[in-house]
Amino acid sequence: MEALFFLLFAAMATVAALGVVLARNPVYSALSLIACFVQVAALFVLLRAPFLAAVQIFVYVGTTIVLFILVIVMLDLRQAILDRFIPGSRFWAPFVAVSLGGIIVAALLASDRLAELSSNLQSAPLTLTGTTRELGIALFTQFLLPFEVISVILLVALVGAILLAKKEHK
Amino acid sequence: MVPLSWYLVLGAILFVIGLVGVLQRRNVLIVLMCLELMLNSVSINLIAFSYHLQDLRGHIFAIFVITITAAEVAVALALVIAMMRNRRVLQVDRINLMSG
Repeated sequence: MEALFFLLFAAMATVAALGVVLARNPVYSALSLIACFVQVAALFVLLRAPFLAAVQIFVYVGTTIVLFILVIVMLDLRQAILDRFIPGSRFWAPFVAVSLGGIIVAALLASDRLAELSSNLQSAPLTLTGTTRELGIALFTQFLLPFEVISVILLVALVGAILLAKKEHK
Repeated sequence: MVPLSWYLVLGAILFVIGLVGVLQRRNVLIVLMCLELMLNSVSINLIAFSYHLQDLRGHIFAIFVITITAAEVAVALALVIAMMRNRRVLQVDRINLMSG
């Protein structure tokens, strides 16, 4: 049953991701990206990470894509609709990407450690719940320093974004 | 239980699709969206390993990835607006002010 749901979500995520790359209109790309992120959030739920699924929806769908759409409607996109791809990249770019994908999948299939891991996993007890409580305790004790650093990064990004987008006074 | 390798293959597929977009699309906004897609495919891998190894560190790492992505998008979109205001270009192959 879980495998069935995984295949459903994975197929929809793949189709939506293709939509992001192939859509003519940037607005359609943004909407496809929303669909893809929602499917990935569903996969997070399958992986027993409900908090991260919620964060995924809030941060990506609720903030990031809304920002994208806000910028899209501010800009004139007729040129973007007319020429979708970089000239001359029609053959080499997919070739590079597909070769990289082939290498990744081949490495996965050839990996002894992954096979060993997968065979050991069936008997492992499920102790991790992925709840907010568990994550919060870890984040505020063991990972306190990275947490503080990331808050400084967010502050710097906030100030930088305001400074960059501000109109310059002559 | 879904095998770990399925999640890893899905992550690889989404990563490759995002890479095609980054390499091939001309509009800088779409390139940014594809970048998001690539980062998200990495989070799938992190959480899949976290679940299968029953280790919380993957979750923490994924939270940090999401946070960094949010910061990156804010700065990148501010740059796009500044670029549009000053030079009126959005094509990645025409943003070449610094190439001599």
